[in-house]
Amino acid sequence: MEAKSKQQADAHDATSVHEQVSPPSPPIPGGEDRDTLLDYYYQMALVRRFEEKSAEMYNKARIGGYCHLNLGEEATVIGFCAGLEPADYVYTNYREHGYAIGRGISAGAVMAELFGKSTGCSHGRGGSMHLFDLERRFMGGYAIVGGQIPLATGAAFAIAYRGSQEVVACQMGDGTTNTGAFHESLNLAKIYHLPIVYFVVNNLYGMGLRVEKGSAVSELYRKACAYDMQSWRVDGNDVLAVRDAMRNAAALAREKHEPGLIEAVSFRFRGHSVVDPDRYRDKEEVQKGREHDPIAAFAERLTAAGLLDEKAIHEIEEKVERDVDDAVKFAEESPYPSVEEFMGDLNGYVYAPEAEQ
Amino acid sequence: MAEITYRQALHDALRDELLRDENVFLLGEEIGAFEGSYKITAGLLSEFGPKRVVDTPIVENGFIGMATGAAMLGLRPIVEIMTINFIVLGMDQIVNHAAKIYAMFGGQCPIPLVIRTPGGGGQQLAATHSQNLEVWFAHVPGLKVVAPSTPADAKGLLRTSVLDNNPVIFLENLALYNTKGEVPSDDYMVPIGQAKVTKEGSDLTVISYSRMAVVARDVARRMEQENNLSIEVVDLRSLRPLDHETIINSVRKTNRAIVFEEDWRSFGIGAEIAAILQEEAFDDLDAPIKRVASLEVPLPYSKPLELATLTGGKQLVEAINELAPRRRRSSYSS
Repeated sequence: MEAKSKQQADAHDATSVHEQVSPPSPPIPGGEDRDTLLDYYYQMALVRRFEEKSAEMYNKARIGGYCHLNLGEEATVIGFCAGLEPADYVYTNYREHGYAIGRGISAGAVMAELFGKSTGCSHGRGGSMHLFDLERRFMGGYAIVGGQIPLATGAAFAIAYRGSQEVVACQMGDGTTNTGAFHESLNLAKIYHLPIVYFVVNNLYGMGLRVEKGSAVSELYRKACAYDMQSWRVDGNDVLAVRDAMRNAAALAREKHEPGLIEAVSFRFRGHSVVDPDRYRDKEEVQKGREHDPIAAFAERLTAAGLLDEKAIHEIEEKVERDVDDAVKFAEESPYPSVEEFMGDLNGYVYAPEAEQ
Repeated sequence: MAEITYRQALHDALRDELLRDENVFLLGEEIGAFEGSYKITAGLLSEFGPKRVVDTPIVENGFIGMATGAAMLGLRPIVEIMTINFIVLGMDQIVNHAAKIYAMFGGQCPIPLVIRTPGGGGQQLAATHSQNLEVWFAHVPGLKVVAPSTPADAKGLLRTSVLDNNPVIFLENLALYNTKGEVPSDDYMVPIGQAKVTKEGSDLTVISYSRMAVVARDVARRMEQENNLSIEVVDLRSLRPLDHETIINSVRKTNRAIVFEEDWRSFGIGAEIAAILQEEAFDDLDAPIKRVASLEVPLPYSKPLELATLTGGKQLVEAINELAPRRRRSSYSS
């Protein structure tokens, strides 16, 4: 599979970047399972509502620290998760609430983590940027840009070492592709033939820096060619395109132990984090980006294919609303971690128990 | 008991661990075909093959992180960093990741990782190849830091470090590799976090670690014979966790302490130990604690300047002579 060659991106218009990658709203292909498609729709809507609620809770000071949202990136997030098997391992950056939910961590456990509660998926120790769930092989959100990439590469190394069949998927943002950790890791993955998919969410901005101002190559999938690695660029607003790209790349990793890289061109509806007023982006650009709402577009496609109607949309919206309300309620009612227990065993907080001998 | 070099002790411990546990593997620059810059891994590639002895490209952050990720899935990597000076390129993975993952993710994921690396000066390798950066790691909760001075401790602590479920920085020293010592032949272990009194004495205590602990023991023996001074030497062996009890018990006995370290004095191991002693044994001290360390400059290449910069036996003798109880002071100099 050759990396797709694309026209040079129009540097100043997110919409035109998306249009190059994929035409808007292609029809639903044949052979798709209706319940699965509706589940994608539900999960995307759940992530949307969860993130809106996170912003609300942040502004009510229920959530501390930094809080980065997946708003606008729902198709990328759910497509990423849908292309993986439950046994596969996921590493992400700090914009990861949606990925955690997409991997099956309950919205309640994620919201409780944001609230700093003991029932949070990292037991209140990590917060928004450091979600983790070993059982669901969600191996962490990482808040040092590029930090997750060598780690994910090492997880793939362990899989190859044992000769097992899992794959690692390592998500990152566009700005990360400029770091040493990215380039070091791609090189390592290729020389050791590791089963890993590097997944770059290109939402066109690293905080406030346009991708082409920060990267000499703004079509980021092309960076993989330096390591003789296969790569693909997909429309991050199309959940099925993202899923299929992930499936392809994961199959290559699983069956041939060859790493690959996916660039999903996406768009964030709001600023870098909840507190970012987003003054560096052109209002018109943001408006156009929001018009390419991946959830509305998917609803249109499902409706056009006769798989969804107003009533079903309404039912899904109601379920999402209930689920997010339940998540908030769970987080509100959960206890904080015990200060006494914490102070009573700082050593146990920091260090894993001694090995059995 | 057999007398072997520090290098051989490390080699034997690595080999034993590779034989004992399939999850143990080695990785680092030039450890395989080249057999290691300092030949610690000599012969291991041919015995265990490239799966267990992994040559890496020159990407410290990349392969330290890769080892950490492999440890997240339950492997037990032993990383060799050619010298501690190069570990600086991997600090993000050590400090922000290996040291944090267990605690930050709610205790779900231990990191059974060992990072071996030699520090130390005195080989005319100049400023970027002669540093002692152990304090950087000893400062970080989540890491363990050990710094053995003898072949026996090197072997026993390396085994313990591999069996530990936490990231361990295993500090070696270029000038120790050829030193010899008796090493037990069984599968003994040396616990992390336990200092050792390597010479008993009553006049004052010298607290040290790694190569300077060897120098301290030699100086103490000579000054006992030649000057009738009774010097106790505490070899810390571990820097994090630090064995307060052994240090304090020794100072309770001698009432005087010198911390002897090859690194820079400011914010160093000596600063930490002096603080501990004044907090926990203030009433037992008869004199201010002395710190003997190297000059605070990037280490020069030229031999006379290098010698003038690095601390050693001469500086320790001077400090002992200044600190020893008056009746015992002497004109001894090395």
